[in-house]
Amino acid sequence: MATQKEVLIDPIFNNNPIALQVLGICSALAVTINMATTLVMCLAVIFVCTMSNLAVSLVRNRVPTNIRIIVQMTIISSLVIVVDQVLQAVAYDISKSLSVFVGLIITNCIVMGRAEAFAMQNGPWLSALDGFGNALGYSVILIGVALVREPLGSGTLLGYEIIPTVANGGWYLPNGLLLLAPSAFFIIGLFIWAIRAWKVDQIEEPEYEIAPNGQYANGRHGEAV
Amino acid sequence: MEHYLGIFVRAVFIENMALTFFLGMCTFIAISKKISTAFGLGVAVVVVLAITVPVNNLIFNLFLREGALAWAGFPNVDLSFLGLLSYIGVIAAMVQILEMVLDRYVPVLYNALGVFLPLITVNCAILGASLMMIDQDQTFGESVVFGLGAGVGWALAITALAGVREKLKYSDVPEGLRGLGITFISVGLISMCFMSFGGIDI
Repeated sequence: MATQKEVLIDPIFNNNPIALQVLGICSALAVTINMATTLVMCLAVIFVCTMSNLAVSLVRNRVPTNIRIIVQMTIISSLVIVVDQVLQAVAYDISKSLSVFVGLIITNCIVMGRAEAFAMQNGPWLSALDGFGNALGYSVILIGVALVREPLGSGTLLGYEIIPTVANGGWYLPNGLLLLAPSAFFIIGLFIWAIRAWKVDQIEEPEYEIAPNGQYANGRHGEAV
Repeated sequence: MEHYLGIFVRAVFIENMALTFFLGMCTFIAISKKISTAFGLGVAVVVVLAITVPVNNLIFNLFLREGALAWAGFPNVDLSFLGLLSYIGVIAAMVQILEMVLDRYVPVLYNALGVFLPLITVNCAILGASLMMIDQDQTFGESVVFGLGAGVGWALAITALAGVREKLKYSDVPEGLRGLGITFISVGLISMCFMSFGGIDI
């Protein structure tokens, strides 16, 4: 049971796909301007990632290795087409505002990466859990970013006003920067900082050691400093 | 002519693939540690985008669009739901063909691009550009210019980031921000710089 729990929980903070594995950043950031689209995007990724890991794992012993990428691509794009069609039927407005980003789940590296790295080697049940866990890790970051961007950028959350803005007779002047692309980068950068301040072992080694200030700071000639 | 120039400038600066739409971010962050590799990858992306976007445009307009199959006697067929599957197929096939052609006729470029060519299949900027082209309902001529522009914009952005990161490794960054964290923040700043191109309209 321990391994199942590990496979599910690990990707959320310890081995987060966005903050540590650098996967799936592509389609993630542009949808975080408001909470509703973010949630839909997260659900879509959770569905696609879990199902694709399951399917890839089921066929893994029957697929020759040199065509495995094509097979994975076909499985993933079929699942994404299902999601896309369902969204267009059920939530047309949200599907319009997500526009190309639903289609881009296909090339979302989380889905491909987990299929290739985990589902090709493991059984169906564990693979499905792994897909679910990684998609959850992705969702945690996405929802976190949306939680900062929507309230501070437009004073609302899920469309309900939580900070009365000046335009509506309140006191808060919305920060327009948070609706623009660069803010998402800053927020993710700060998120990574926060996670690494908490999980110290994720800190990367510096490529160059910076020498301390001052010419004789390390006592180069044997002088006392 | 001015119309096409406008599309090009818009695709390179104002609606930059990487910095405004966050497309191709994974490769963008992962392969931007050195200027030379970043530039090689950028060139590969330009070539692939300039080919796949027009090809996907033809496929959409000749086969998938509602009523497009009228020439084959099926005026009521709408295959646009097959779009995603066909575009990714075209991209994978194009990358493969390009790899073989380059290997045979331009070995210099082939060796320079190396492993980046196959990796481009899963670069979201490629699929993203095709989907945007469909979204904006471009004509064939527009799609050629748009594909080229999107590629040049992406290449410009990744080379700029690589330049920043080469300098960045000599600086004293707070522990938790080292590596990935500070890279994100630099991308944010570059992206803000590119925003100053907004409002330019040709």
